[in-house]
Amino acid sequence: MTTKTVTIRNRAGIHARPAALIAQTANRFASEILIERDNTRINAKSIMGIITMAASYNTQLTICADGTDEKEAVEALDLLFENKFEED
Amino acid sequence: MAVKRFSVLDLLGLNLKEHDSLDLRCICGRRGLVREITIPDLNRPGLALSGFYDSFAYQRVQLFGRGEVAFLNKLVTEGKLETIEQMFTYPLPCCIFTHNLDPADEFSAIAENSGCAVLQTGLDSSEFSSRLLRILSNIFAPKISIHGVLVEVYGLGILILGDSGVGKSETALELIERGHRLVADDVVEISCVNGNILIGQGANKIIGHHMEIRGLGIINITQLYGVGSIRERKEVQLVATLEEWDANKVYDRLGTEKLTMDILGVQVPKIEIPVKPGRNVPIILETAAMNERLKSMGYFSAKEFNQNVLKWIESDAARAPYYGDDDSY
Repeated sequence: MTTKTVTIRNRAGIHARPAALIAQTANRFASEILIERDNTRINAKSIMGIITMAASYNTQLTICADGTDEKEAVEALDLLFENKFEED
Repeated sequence: MAVKRFSVLDLLGLNLKEHDSLDLRCICGRRGLVREITIPDLNRPGLALSGFYDSFAYQRVQLFGRGEVAFLNKLVTEGKLETIEQMFTYPLPCCIFTHNLDPADEFSAIAENSGCAVLQTGLDSSEFSSRLLRILSNIFAPKISIHGVLVEVYGLGILILGDSGVGKSETALELIERGHRLVADDVVEISCVNGNILIGQGANKIIGHHMEIRGLGIINITQLYGVGSIRERKEVQLVATLEEWDANKVYDRLGTEKLTMDILGVQVPKIEIPVKPGRNVPIILETAAMNERLKSMGYFSAKEFNQNVLKWIESDAARAPYYGDDDSY
């Protein structure tokens, strides 16, 4: 199990496009990947789930991955958050 | 699990959403509206008012009916405000007066000072208690959010589970096309009501009844198929897990096995459906729904079939002595 806490840095928060990016990235890995926000856990491979979190600017999320490629998965997702989903 | 704070203001807000008929309004102590209600229960503070504060259930909503109000007025006219003051030293969530009764001004002043909200309702105490308890028990029901799709098929709530990309949404879409209803896609929030009923609904009103279909993107089911094709909430009565066809796994061929899945302590009947190209999963789910309804009406297809087979074997065995070895009659 690999976990990492990330902060949302793009102004608009996680709307449809970043959600799609996250889901696409998560789907590349075989590990089970969950994103946690205030005790709510959702599957990172589902776009609708990610949008449901309604995560806005500066929200803290925790990425948890479990599986054979968990480290790579968390790194790849972390990079998306770091790059502000190529926004701003 | 999602833990949401439920404040007194939320309780008042229920009225606005026309979710219930508590007929509540705040008459004083507005500062206290932010206080949180943590226990789905209420207390009649008669004993406390008489000065007995042992085991005082201060965490609960305090309900004042005719008796309590009469006693309060007696305390006020006799000038015994200490017991009232003592009550407000506890962090009460709020006080509610039934029958549209007004508390004495002294009481309101003490409540206002301590920052505790005082609400009033036109209902009588017993009716109000039963309504409040029902609403609170729904709000405080254990909740879990599950990754899956909830659809209503022939009146039966089926929760479709499975890994990402196995075809849950596509199956649901085909079911909707065939006249069934979508309750929630992707994130299904399930609450256990009454200890034995699981109610599923979408996690969020705004994105509710939207679906993500690979290759199409996000589509709005309400707009595409009309309001007849959606539901706000539905009891989860059957779980169907879709999984990639595994040649080494033994699937149920007879349907006499009874698989169940534990959701919040409730055992829900479960079926496992192997998926591979050419298998029409929506039709299997439709049939499963009808079969499940038959079972609940007391008709168990697989068992009934087996009974008939047994009877037939038995009757054949009984006829054998008459015909001998020759069965060419």
